[in-house]
Amino acid sequence: MLRGATRIIDWPMEGLQRLIGERRMPYVFLLPNLAFFGVFVFVPISINFLYSVTGGPALFPAERPFVGAGQYAYLFDCGSFVDPSSCREDHFWRGVSNTLRFTAFQVVAMVLLSLLTAIVLNMKIRGRGFFRAVYFFPVLLSPVVVALIWKWILQRDGLLNAGITGLGGDKILFLSEPGWAMFWIIFVSVWAHMGFYTLILLAGLQAIPADIYEAAEMDATPRWRVFWRLTLPLLWPNLIVVIVLALIRAVQTFDEVFVLTGGGPGTSTLMVVQYIYETAFSNQVQNFGLAAAASVVLGIVLFALTLAQLAFSQRKSS
Amino acid sequence: MKGTKMLLGCALLAASLVVSNAQAQTTLRMTWYSDGNEGEVMSDLLRRFEEQNKDIKVVLDQVPFKAINENLPVQLAAGQGPDLARVADLGGVARYMLDLRPLLKDPAYFETNFGPFLEWMRLPGDKTSIPGFMTQLTLTGPLVNKTLFEQANIAMPGPKATWEEWAKAAKDVATKVQAPFPVAIDRSGHRFFSLAITQGAKVFDDKGEPAVVDDGFKRGAQLVYDWHKNGVMSKELWGSVAGTAYRGANDEFKNAQVVMYVSGSWQIGQFDKTIGNGFDWVAVPTPCGPANCSPMPGGAALVAIKTTQHPKEVARLVEYLASEKVVGEFYDRSLFVPGHLGLAKQGLTYKDASQQGKAALKVFSEGVSTLSPVANKLQGYVHNRVIFNAVISRLGQAIAGEASLDEAYKRITADIEQQIAERTKK
Repeated sequence: MLRGATRIIDWPMEGLQRLIGERRMPYVFLLPNLAFFGVFVFVPISINFLYSVTGGPALFPAERPFVGAGQYAYLFDCGSFVDPSSCREDHFWRGVSNTLRFTAFQVVAMVLLSLLTAIVLNMKIRGRGFFRAVYFFPVLLSPVVVALIWKWILQRDGLLNAGITGLGGDKILFLSEPGWAMFWIIFVSVWAHMGFYTLILLAGLQAIPADIYEAAEMDATPRWRVFWRLTLPLLWPNLIVVIVLALIRAVQTFDEVFVLTGGGPGTSTLMVVQYIYETAFSNQVQNFGLAAAASVVLGIVLFALTLAQLAFSQRKSS
Repeated sequence: MKGTKMLLGCALLAASLVVSNAQAQTTLRMTWYSDGNEGEVMSDLLRRFEEQNKDIKVVLDQVPFKAINENLPVQLAAGQGPDLARVADLGGVARYMLDLRPLLKDPAYFETNFGPFLEWMRLPGDKTSIPGFMTQLTLTGPLVNKTLFEQANIAMPGPKATWEEWAKAAKDVATKVQAPFPVAIDRSGHRFFSLAITQGAKVFDDKGEPAVVDDGFKRGAQLVYDWHKNGVMSKELWGSVAGTAYRGANDEFKNAQVVMYVSGSWQIGQFDKTIGNGFDWVAVPTPCGPANCSPMPGGAALVAIKTTQHPKEVARLVEYLASEKVVGEFYDRSLFVPGHLGLAKQGLTYKDASQQGKAALKVFSEGVSTLSPVANKLQGYVHNRVIFNAVISRLGQAIAGEASLDEAYKRITADIEQQIAERTKK
């Protein structure tokens, strides 16, 4: 019965193979995915690039005047790239600067805390299953829900200030002071996503053969040396995945920060993606061309990060 | 068998009649946002319209105000808009509006009663089109928590008091009763200009081109900046979000945390309903500056959209809704200042409003007579939102400590030039 059914599929495939040759057959199997990917990824990327070389308020590309690299020139018109206020489009560069700061602190905190948590959760401790669930639970929440929960905690009359005033302290405007606002968006982001990265590292830890540790124990190797010489190298492929995924996600950060601080106070938590969104849709003049140019720049950065990850992991495995 | 066939035949005939009737009905889509209960009132009026016009069905798509400002313009640019929409950025979407004049039975009625406001819906050079009517006229102005003044035993400043006098009084009250917000002004360029124009801001040069940063403007900006420094205003509104984001203090006012809330007449309906007997609140005339005591006018209009497939039906609906009796009921039940000159002259009873709601509406309605020509001109300017957005974005940065006021002024001028150039690029 099953053989009969597979023959039904085999027959046209065999015919096709005879027609186009064996070497071309893999492309036939790739075609559906490639078509899907093309329509929903390559075509939008191409349209986005097209917008980035046009100007004006019109929506349809055919109605938009060609401006060449004008949008890119406007974006990069800076006295000094380390001083956003010297740039013509200072909001973009403030977004870049904030995103870099956010990424640096968030990724380091995320990786270290995820690693620590994964190591603890890999030990034979009481209630291990419960703690694994607890750490993973925030991952299941929508970013908007996460941001709203923390907004209620952090606002003037929120839970945290209630605790502070209960202890005799003064209320702190956590979301209206630039330093505090940046701290809290990093904290909330780590809290919300740590469970996912912990899970990846936990899977990596569990894949390390136990006999290696037994051999180390027999040799009376100190714990820190076991971690440094055995655990870390064997966990390296998973760590690379975690670092790159965390990096890409940090650069793309938008929803949580947008709901929690709206990019403020001032522009102290304005991220690049929020800048793109506001330039294209939220501002009165919906500047699709400039937003598209900024998103092309962001796309190139993300592409470079992905290539770096590939190169790094290949070099390590070789 | 014969009877069954007969029955089947009748059923088919009935079904085909129902289908043909349904096909004859035109469906109009109206995109709508609400500040208070006006969505419910409009639903009521539409139900009555449908009863009188069986061939038209109106679907009311209720969306947040943000969607009207951000999503609707993209929809309209793509030619995918509704048949009608309630919009606040009249100049910004004017190019997508349909001129109903040739389709209206009595265009003179619209000219007579909505004339000055029709100009806000027209593109430069257009002197005749009638795209719709005002669903409300709004005026900016302060709403004051009277109970907090009484608790602090401090007298409220009089009708001609200056901004500085109000700020001092509100700060004193807030200190005494420990209210966190002595003065709250919506994070909105429109609201800022209600202060700046009283300080003498002219906004335009002699040729009618934007020349926003002048001495009057600077006086207004300096006041807002100083108030944030000396605690009259909290950073939570102007300093807490980035860019052009709007931020109001509705919840804070309703929770009696604000002594004086500079917002506008559109808040009356919801405050009347939600504050109830919680505390006494009053609307007061716009505080005065060296130039005048003018509020900023504004409002929302229900307009026909150019891409509609049913212009005649849209015109019939607009005629019905804009008719004196219907629009009068709409303003009355929604507690709105009428954007209809005839009704404004007659006055409305606002029978559903509380005494303080009625009093507040009276104060705002009287504000119409104190409107400065600059305020009217700014409201009618097609790129006014470009000006409003540049101001809140850059002033917000100065308040947050990212830039000095002088840097903010330069950026405001540059932003306005660049955005108007981009908007008019062909």
